Order: sequence, then structure tokens, then C-alpha cells
Amino acid sequence: MADEPWAHSRFDLQQAQSPDAPDAATFNDPRAEFGWIHSYETGSTLDGPGIRIVVFMSGCLLRCLYCHNPDTWHLKDGTKISFDRAKTALDAYAAPLRALNGGLTISGGEPLVQLHFTKRLFAAAKAMGLHTALDTSGFLGTRADDEYLSQVDLVLLDIKSWDPATYRRAVGQDIRPTIQFAERLASLGKPVWVRFVLVPGLTDDPANVEGIAHFVAPMRNVEWVEVLPFHQMGAFKWKAMHLHYELSDTPSPSPELVARVIGQFRETGCRVR
Amino acid sequence: MPDGAIAAKRSADEPEQQAGKRQAKHHQAGTNSTTGAIPSLDAWTGFVPGRWQNTVDVRDFIQRNVTSYEGDEGFLSGPSERTKAVWAKLQPYFQEEIRKGVLDVDAKTPSSLTSHAPGYIDRENEVIVGLQTDAPFRRAIMPYGGLRMVEAGVKAAGFEPDPAVHEVFTKYRKTHNDGVFDAYTPEIMACRRSHIITGLPDSYGRGRIIGDYRRVALYGTDKLLAAKRSERALLDAKWPTDDVIREREELAEQMRALTDLAVMAKTYGLDTEQPARTAREAVQWTYFGYLGAIKEANGAAMSIGRISSFLDIYIERDMKSGALDEAGAQELVDQLVQKLRIVRFLRTPEYDALFSGDPYWATECVGGMDLNGRPLVTRTSFRMLHTLTNLGPAPEPNMTVLWSRQLPDGFKRYCIRVSAETSSIQYENDDLMRPYWGDDYGIACCVSAMRIGNQMQFFGARVNLAKCLLYAINGGRDEVSGEQVGPATLPVTSETLDYADVTAKFDNMMEWLARTYVHAMNCIHYMHDKYYYERLEMALHDQQILRTMAFGIAGLSVVADSLSAIRHAEVRPVRRDDGLIVGYEINGDFPKYGNNDDRVDSIAADLVSSFMKKIRKHQTYRNAVHTQSVLTITSNVVYGKNTGDTPDGRKAGEPFAPGANPMHGRDSHGWLASCLSVAKLPYSDAQDGISYTVSVTPSLNRLDQGEKISQAVKVLDTYCGQGGFHMNLNVLNRDTLIDAMEHPDRYPQLTIRVSGYAVNFVRLTRDQQMDVISRTFHGQE
Repeated sequence: MADEPWAHSRFDLQQAQSPDAPDAATFNDPRAEFGWIHSYETGSTLDGPGIRIVVFMSGCLLRCLYCHNPDTWHLKDGTKISFDRAKTALDAYAAPLRALNGGLTISGGEPLVQLHFTKRLFAAAKAMGLHTALDTSGFLGTRADDEYLSQVDLVLLDIKSWDPATYRRAVGQDIRPTIQFAERLASLGKPVWVRFVLVPGLTDDPANVEGIAHFVAPMRNVEWVEVLPFHQMGAFKWKAMHLHYELSDTPSPSPELVARVIGQFRETGCRVR
Repeated sequence: MPDGAIAAKRSADEPEQQAGKRQAKHHQAGTNSTTGAIPSLDAWTGFVPGRWQNTVDVRDFIQRNVTSYEGDEGFLSGPSERTKAVWAKLQPYFQEEIRKGVLDVDAKTPSSLTSHAPGYIDRENEVIVGLQTDAPFRRAIMPYGGLRMVEAGVKAAGFEPDPAVHEVFTKYRKTHNDGVFDAYTPEIMACRRSHIITGLPDSYGRGRIIGDYRRVALYGTDKLLAAKRSERALLDAKWPTDDVIREREELAEQMRALTDLAVMAKTYGLDTEQPARTAREAVQWTYFGYLGAIKEANGAAMSIGRISSFLDIYIERDMKSGALDEAGAQELVDQLVQKLRIVRFLRTPEYDALFSGDPYWATECVGGMDLNGRPLVTRTSFRMLHTLTNLGPAPEPNMTVLWSRQLPDGFKRYCIRVSAETSSIQYENDDLMRPYWGDDYGIACCVSAMRIGNQMQFFGARVNLAKCLLYAINGGRDEVSGEQVGPATLPVTSETLDYADVTAKFDNMMEWLARTYVHAMNCIHYMHDKYYYERLEMALHDQQILRTMAFGIAGLSVVADSLSAIRHAEVRPVRRDDGLIVGYEINGDFPKYGNNDDRVDSIAADLVSSFMKKIRKHQTYRNAVHTQSVLTITSNVVYGKNTGDTPDGRKAGEPFAPGANPMHGRDSHGWLASCLSVAKLPYSDAQDGISYTVSVTPSLNRLDQGEKISQAVKVLDTYCGQGGFHMNLNVLNRDTLIDAMEHPDRYPQLTIRVSGYAVNFVRLTRDQQMDVISRTFHGQE
């Protein structure tokens, strides 16, 4: 454990003292009879192909400044539900999701916090004939072994910045695990949509964008790079939770800025939208 | 070419009809007729002959002659100069109406087919003519339904009721309204007063009858009269029981109406005694049929039926012969639709509160498949929807797409495109309805399917199921007035509501309500037939028809959630000093309808079936088949106003959800979940339709227009595949609606769909506008 990226951080499980830390039992329980789910939503057209159900797991080790789901950070922000109940709920959507060429996307929070639970849920979805997508920051990528990834058809990989300092400032963590995870996915040939949240004044530096573009461009498994313009729609949650929201005055990126960033990716050879 | 049957001997019963056919044959054989050039000589030239020539059978005509169109909208044409000129003339009326409401009333002349001189908007540019009175936007009075409504309507519009009309309809002529109240029981009166049964057509026209207006075009009134004469001969041979005598009298009325229709047409210089010879005549004759109906019947809903693909046959024929080009074809459809947009009835403020925005449901159905698996989509289906572009969005005619998964992709995509641009289309599941109603049904009002020309319904508004639940809890006392309205039963006495106890009491109370409801409906429709018979609409039906009696329920989601709360959470009643339960405290969470959760969705589905079962126990007037709808129109707001606190946590006065929609804000898992909950309601026990309204905001996402349309098509296919019946689709921006509330002048044509029909948003009451805004937007803070 000591070599894992989260070791010695305020989220270190061994210390288990951080108020933010997921509870170790859930973090490591291979039976995964219960999981903590913040919510789920149907009808998404943005989180993978087709029309999808998106399950938001609670628990995340990152603290992105622009997070629009700060109410999923703590494991126990969610509701503890049994795996069977989750599976039954998912099953109620299986037929229409198949008809809609959609599937299940697990997001969060960070799905890899509840590794075993999400693995079971993915496996159940596969058994129902659904397409599966994992929406992750990659920070816990080493936890997802090849068997886990075999249940996942698509990884929505958030690369939040290239410059390590910017990355740390934006999310409060080290970038290396994400880079390593991306490389591993490339070597496995696992389909990936890279997502980049464009925040004016934070992640919009041309060199920062350039770095991601050059890193991703040669990867044949990356089907899309998606530029997600920052928006203020999550701001009310920060306020409601009495959290300090640093980006309260940050505007959405201008169309010109979005076009510039998309252009940078395109010129580097990425398939971008 | 005509088959041998046509040369058969003349039937003594049908001289005119046979004569017409003989001549048609001669003409088609290329011989010059020696019997004189009567118009029907040309009328059927070029059509594939068949059974439709021997009997009145429009479906057969369509089946043999329709040309499906599987392409896209590329061929469509803009509005003609004449269309634009007529439209420009109408604009000042529309604008003034937004400010003033009713513009003009002819309070002196009870309306009939022949009561008014012909009216025009812009005579030289009108390709299709005919108004309800002698001037546009001058509303007529129709006192046969009830004088009180007429006089209240006249006064509300700022005019004086006419003393002569008053005298006639109080001294010499009884109305439908008078008749019904002669037959009502004190119990029914109490139910009306307390709003547990609301909107009953006991003082206005029942509507929801679709005359087969196409018959006027295909056959002309002479042939239709001949067919009625042979129907009469059959009735003359029957022993005169009450039923037979009534039917004979009705037939006599129908024949008089057909004669009067031709008289009305003659005032416009047109001869509808003969079949339509051209596309223009076909559109005109069909419209005259409809115009005749709306001159005499102030029905709540006056649908036009399913005319586009019928008219397409005439348009195709004229285009083939070179007599018509695409611009001309579109002009016919545009000008017909202009007429359908200015239908006006005189109604009262109370009526408007229930059915807001001055609707009349001139519902037109486009699309659908036939029983052979062929799309009934034609170029004129496109032209009809294209009027929403040429003339701008509008609530009327109520554009209804009969959606099938098998519809051609080009048409599906066009529908979605028009929806996205105008929010003026509703979708109904043809795959679900076709097995019940065949392939020539239309939609009356919002969601009520009926075979055109041989089926009608006795419209019955709806009961307030939420109030019924409260009556069950309070032992039959009204939770607002405290009055004993329902049977005095044992109220709930426990400190928390017990599911078994409440459902048993509720079941009993529903039995009582169903019985009282059928009772009231029988009285209403007996009297309606007697005093306000729709003689022209029924003349455009066969004599032997299927009658349904359409009951309805409101408050489904409130009751489902209430029962779920009682079962899954702890609900404590709050009692007034006299013991009346007026509030509820809820501890704990409970599953809510609209989240694809069977624990509560099954309660909703069972409610539909269980109330239907209770309705079916009671014999109906004229042995009509019982049906039921889950539909509120805009009355969900008024129902809510009149209903106290409910055990689901809804507070007194708060609106219900419209139709079969989940309660606002409780469907927390996105639109797919919400759709799937609604799709679980059983159509077999709600054959009068299940209304569901969805509003989406045009999202700024990465999908291009083409992809978005593909996805929307998939969504409708999937919803229908899951058994969904109806979708009212709005593509709206919340800010636009809020701006429209402040500046109605800027949005004269802003159209939105609400529970089965569309309205001009700016003509809704403020309460209803607020309800629409708060209710319809998914996932916005």
C-alpha cells in the first residue's frame, strides 16, 4: 500500500483518520454486497454512446476546484444500498437502453473508490447486454486490474491538466497515476474518450493543452477528445454545502477560447469535439 | 377501371348513386356521355375503382389510391402570395385577441348551417372559403346546449344577451342543459358542487365526435343522402321500439343536415351536392363538412379527423395531370389550415379556467401505418406539418402524428425537426392503437382514438381520484367544505394511516364514485342526443356505429404517491376540531411515481385498472362501451385548487400533475425513468388515452442536429416499443417562457403543448403559466 499514490495523503486509508477517507471496509470489500450511491440519472446523451443511465457513486479522492458534484466527495454522502437492489433498478432499464443503443455509465465521485461494487455492477450490466462506460480521473487506475477492465467497454478518462503544477492546483493531487493509467489503457487497446475541462485562467494555458494533445494524439485507442467548457451549474452545491468555491467569479470559456483549444487538439492529430 | 358491379342494375334505393357510377364508367371508357355532363362524370376519373364506389367507404378509397411517400421534406414549398395576403389580413385580429379576448359576438342569431350569410377574410386571395359567421372572429351563439352558458359568455365578452333569444330558449325551447338538470339526482349535484366530478358536458356541447368530412368530398351530399335513404329503409322495416324511433328521427335530422350543408355551400357559390372534381374542391368540400359541424356544435373538442393522406390522392391526381404544382398544393393546405386556426366558440370564464387558451381541438392525424404494413405517410402529410413553418407555430389544428416504429425514416426525422422548431406536435402510438381501431381512426380531442365514420364517443370529462381518496379517509365528507358528499362511511380513526385500512376504504369510495359518475353520464348523453343532437356530424357516420362512453380520471400521480407514502413511510393525519382530517405529516421516504420503480408504478397501473373495472359494472346509455382516459388538459390546476392536503405531501391548492405525468419534481431520475413509469399504465384499461407531456430544453451539447434528431427518433421508437401511448413534446427554453409572461406582445405565436393539446402560451392564465414553467423543466435549478 505504501507505494500507492494515495499513501501518506490525507486520504491514506491506513491512517483512516481523515474525515474524507472512504471507509476501509467498503474500499476493499471484495464481496461488495453493499455500495454507496449518490444518485442515478437516466437519459444522458453525453456520457458515452447512445442514451444512458449514469450512476453516480459517492467517494472521491480528488478535490477539483471546478467539481460540479461536491456532494459526492464523501462516501457517506451517498445512500447505502444493496447490490441486489442496484441490479434490480438497472434491470428495469435494460430493454429500453439496449433499444436506445445506450448503456450504463458509472461516474461519481470516483467509481474506482468502490472498486468491487462497481465491478459487480459492470458485470451485471454486461450480462444484460448493455454497453458499459467508466467515468474516471484515473487517479486510482492501478486499482482496476485487467479483469476489472474486461467488464468495461469504454473509459471516459478525465485528464484535467498536463502541467503537474496546474494539475495539482486544479485537483489537489499528483498527475502521474492518471498518465500511467492512460498508457496502460493504450497498451490494452481499451477504447477511451479523453475529457478535458476547459476552465479559463486555470487550465487554458496553450502549453497545458498542447501537452495533453501530444500525449493523447498517438494513442490509437482514444476515440474522442472531448473539450468540456466550464460552467457554473455546480456552484449552488458548493454554496449549499458551505464550501469555499474559488471559481465563483470564473466565467464560462468564450466560444473563441473553446475554438482555439479544439483547434489545438485537432492540429496535433486528435479526433476532437 | 370500374369493375362489373358498377354496371349492375340500379337499386331502387340508390338511384343517384348508381347514376353517378354509370356515368363515371362511360367517361372512363372514353365514350361521350349522352346523359349530360353532370359533374360527377369527372369526379372519379383516374381513381382505382373498388368497393368505395358502391358503398360509402372512404377507407377503401384510400387503400386503393393512396401513394406512400418515403422521402424527405426537400420538395416542400413556401407560402404563396395569396396565402401571405390572407394571413396578413388575420394578424391584427390575432394581436387584438391577445389583448382583448373575445372580439365580436353575434348575440342575436342562434347558429345553424344556414343561419349566417357567407363570410370572407380577403375574398380575392382566399382559395378556400367559409367562416362560422359572416365575419372572421365574430363568434356565434349555440343555445341548444344551454342558454346560461351562452348568456354568461356573451356578457363576459362585453356584449348584451339578446332578449328574443332569451325568450325563445326559456319559453318555447328547452335546452340540453335544462334536460340534464331535470334528470340529475341530489347526489350528482353535490358531486358537481364539490368538484369531485368536474367538467361534465352538461351545459355545453359534448364534442369528441368526428364526422367523416372526407365523405363530402368523395361522394357529394346527393350520394350521401341516397345512402341515408337506404339506411332509413332498413329502419322503416323494424318494429318501432324506443330505439328504432329515435334512430329514425335522428336519420331524418341527418338528412336535413346534408341538405342544409349543400344550401350553405351554395351561398358561397359552390355545389357540394356533387363530388369534388379537383384537389381544390376536395379540400373545400372537406372543409365545408367540418365548417357545417362547427356552425352547429359548440363541442369541447371538434377534431377534423385524418384528412391529409385522403386529400393527397386528389392532389396527386391534379399534379399528374398538370393542373396543380407543388406551390399550389401547399397553398391549398396552408389556406385550409388558416381556416382551422380561426375557429372560435363562445365560452365562459369558468370554462376557460378548465380548458385554457380557447382550444377547440381541430385535431388532425398524420402518419400511421395501414394494416398491410404500408405507411399512410404521403407528401400531404409533410405539407400539413409544413404549415407550422409557413404560417408559424400554432396550437390549432392540433397536429397529431400517429407514430409507428415502421414509419419511413424521412418522415420521422421531419416530425422531430418540426417539433424542435415549433413545439406544436403531439405523438401517439399507432402500433398500440392499430390493433384496436384499425388503420382509419382519428383522434378526437387529445388522445381519444375512434374509427372515423363508424364510431363516436359520449364524452365524460373526469373525476378527481385524489379527492375520492380524501373522501375515503374522511368517511365521505369533503375535506374543503366539510360537507357530507359521499356515502357516510367510517372515517380513518387511527393515529397513522394504515395501508390495508385506507385501500379498503378507498376501494369502497371508488365504487360509489364510479356508480355516480356513470349515472350522471347517462343523464347527460340522453339529453344531449335529445336536445342537442349533432345532426351533421352524425350524418357523416354510418347508421350502425360503435358508441363508447369515455370516463376519465385526474390526480393519478397524487393518489399513487399517497398510497405509496402510506405503505412505505409513516403518514399521520392532522385533524381539525370536528375530526375532519385536513393535513398529513409524513415521516420517512417513499417511492414516487415517475422513477421507473415498480413499488409505486404498480400502484398507479392498478388504480387505472381498478377504477375501469368499477366503471364497467354499470350499464351505459345506448349500451356504449366503457372507456377511460388519464388526461386533465389544463384542468390539473383547477383540480388542485379544489383539493385539500393529500397524504403524498402535496399541500391544499397545489396543482396536480397534468394527465398521467408524475408530480412535478418527484421524478428525480431523468426523463427516461419518467417515460417508463408512464408507459406502464395499461392501455387496455385506458382506451380513451393516456396523456403525457415532456418538455426538453435545446441543450448546448456536442451532438450535431442530425445526431440529435436520430436520438429523438430512437427515443420515440423506444417509448412506443415499451408501450407508451402518448407524448406531448415541447422543445423549450425556460427563459423564453418567463420573458413571454412579461411581454406577451412579443410572443403572439409561442406555442406549447400541455396535456394533449397545444396552447398559445400568452393566452394561459398566470397560474397556468407558472405551473407550466415550474413543472416542465427537467433538471434545472
